[in-house]
Amino acid sequence: MLEVKNLSMRFGGLLAVDGVSLDVQEREIVSIIGPNGAGKTTVFNCMSGFYKPSGGKIIFEGKEVQGIPDYKISRLGMVRTFQHVRLFTQMTVVENLLVAQHRHLNTNMLAGLFGTPNYKEREQSALDRAAYWLERVGLLDLSNRDAGNLAYGQQRRLEIARCMVTEPKLLMLDEPAAGLNPAETKELNQLIVSLKEDYNVSVVLIEHDMSLVMDISDRINVINQGRPLASGTPEEIRHNDDVIKAYLGEA
Amino acid sequence: MAANNYRHALFCAIVTLIISFPILGFNLEAKGVNIELTGAKTSTIVAVILAAVAVFVFQAYRDSFMGLLGKLPKLNPLAGREPMEQSKRVKLESWVLTGIVVLALFWPFVVSRGSVDLATLVLIYIMLALGLNVVVGLAGLLDLGYVAFYAVGAYTFALLSQYTGISFWMALPIGALLAGLTGMILGFPVLRLRGDYLAIVTLGFGEIIRILLNNWTTLTGGPNGIGGIPEPTLFGMEFGRRIKEEGNTSFHETFGIAYSGEHKVIFLYLIALVLAVITALIIRRFMRMPVGRAWEALREDEIAARSLGLSRTAVKLSAFTIGAFFAGFAGTVFASKQGFISPESFVFLESAIILAIVVLGGMGSQLGVILAAIAVTILPELAREFSEYRMLIFGAAMVLMMVWRPQGLLPMRRIHITLNKQG
Ligand SMILES: Nc1ncnc2c1ncn2[C@@H]1O[C@H](COP(=O)(O)OP(=O)(O)OP(=O)(O)O)[C@@H](O)[C@H]1O
Ligand SMILES: [Mg+2]
Repeated sequence: MLEVKNLSMRFGGLLAVDGVSLDVQEREIVSIIGPNGAGKTTVFNCMSGFYKPSGGKIIFEGKEVQGIPDYKISRLGMVRTFQHVRLFTQMTVVENLLVAQHRHLNTNMLAGLFGTPNYKEREQSALDRAAYWLERVGLLDLSNRDAGNLAYGQQRRLEIARCMVTEPKLLMLDEPAAGLNPAETKELNQLIVSLKEDYNVSVVLIEHDMSLVMDISDRINVINQGRPLASGTPEEIRHNDDVIKAYLGEA
Repeated sequence: MAANNYRHALFCAIVTLIISFPILGFNLEAKGVNIELTGAKTSTIVAVILAAVAVFVFQAYRDSFMGLLGKLPKLNPLAGREPMEQSKRVKLESWVLTGIVVLALFWPFVVSRGSVDLATLVLIYIMLALGLNVVVGLAGLLDLGYVAFYAVGAYTFALLSQYTGISFWMALPIGALLAGLTGMILGFPVLRLRGDYLAIVTLGFGEIIRILLNNWTTLTGGPNGIGGIPEPTLFGMEFGRRIKEEGNTSFHETFGIAYSGEHKVIFLYLIALVLAVITALIIRRFMRMPVGRAWEALREDEIAARSLGLSRTAVKLSAFTIGAFFAGFAGTVFASKQGFISPESFVFLESAIILAIVVLGGMGSQLGVILAAIAVTILPELAREFSEYRMLIFGAAMVLMMVWRPQGLLPMRRIHITLNKQG
């Protein structure tokens, strides 16, 4: 469903991403790993429309999407989380989820002012979807807390829930396990697998936690200094000499 | 540490002396045709020195003073109380608000004409502040040229009445819509700007509009302004002693009562009250709608908002447009109340006052903004003797507020949303 071909991104003199390719099938978890500064987040930024890539193609469901503005990409069904959690911190947990469902709501201002039946109906179904996902990530009891007051692990889960209420086809997670304790990482592991199995979402995962990556990925892409180094199943990657040298060995 | 403190304090005291001595310490006196420089009275000089000493002491022991100030909230009777239950609080709030509005409906009949006039002005400021609250408080776009839209509303009515003889009721929507349109047009070039840059550019726009009004003498009359702006009518009844417009009747004759200048003032007040209530209700509704949440999301984190499919253009423009729309509303009422407008009424200071109201009230909080509008408009009137020091007191109040309650009088409270548990 997603194909990235020969993607490159240049910042001035720095070629941060150079010839990276990637493909993701329906209901698949594909990981991107690599040492710090390898260019993983930059790949995400290109895919989600934050940067206009300097070269290469990104094809989502048969349509070229490179260079399309970020807010339109997410409307196509590709949403992302951020390496550093980005919540609407002064808004409540539910409000965070309602903002994300903008597209599903009746945004006609007059309809809203007069509270037409269609407006109310859509507002209610947005609330129900929010309740469903809050329950799913264990935050239902905290729904009226300010998002900024949640514990770090809860914020991470809220960010995933906020993506899921948009009903995406492809979810991009940038280091979702960073800063989580082992128990939380385990929950996250189960959550990501369930997103794939139960909700038919494809996942692209950037992660430094190797046991998580090896455990849940269907395929793994390794990049190093912006260049693709290897790709394959977890088993293949585990035994790839280049990877061991460049990445695992160093850790 | 301590030595550093004293050095800093000494520096501040010297700066105080350097600034205040030339201003207060010397007087220009006219002696015949010449102007002479004379020293000020000893008392003034003593006062200047005392001020410098006060600055020194404050700066040297600043930390302990600030610590004391921090303890102040404990004196606040409301500080330690248990938060009220959600449903009870909402009910109480709506009762209190309804009560205030009902009281406001009746009180012009018992107080003096001057008070009613002042109250009308307060209501105009409430409308302005509620509108600016959308732009600054909710959408987080620091707009320093808000008064431009107020001017557009006022001038729309003034010009249309001058050239076409339009009535207040026709001008009200036209003025608001034109102001909203101006807001949208001025919004386009600043879409990419944030924070300080946005503030500077909007400040420029505000000034451009004022200077335009000042210099386009053939249309606007320039600094002379436009007079003879009609008062509102009630179903074709005029409030003047004599009828100005063909076909209208007069209020006092229709009801067979003696003419009184107060009718007009009260009527204007009531219109302003109704419009202010409508403004508050509409914006309150917006805050609970997708558009209101989008404004706040953009304020909180623009990148995250965009990653979730919100278009920056649409959200920012809607905030600018709606804020400007209500400024246009207020402008039309203002023009009608004054009967005469000139660019003088739309200087930067007005923008600054409206912004101060929003900040003092608590960004995003409607009740806070309303209270602050009342305070900022009425207090200077009550303290007329101090009117020279108005700006000084104003500035001091702002500084104190920022230290003591940076979140404003009544910080915005989140709306509680009850969710139904899903299967
Ligand atoms: N906007 C930018 N402007 C200039 N250089 C950038 C920009 N964004 C990223 N870079 C550079 O590109 C390189 C890749 O950065 P990127 O954030 O993609 O790495 P990463 O693989 O996500 O690393 P980490 O594991 O630390 O998150 C780095 O050298 C970084 O300094
Ligand atoms: Mg990264």
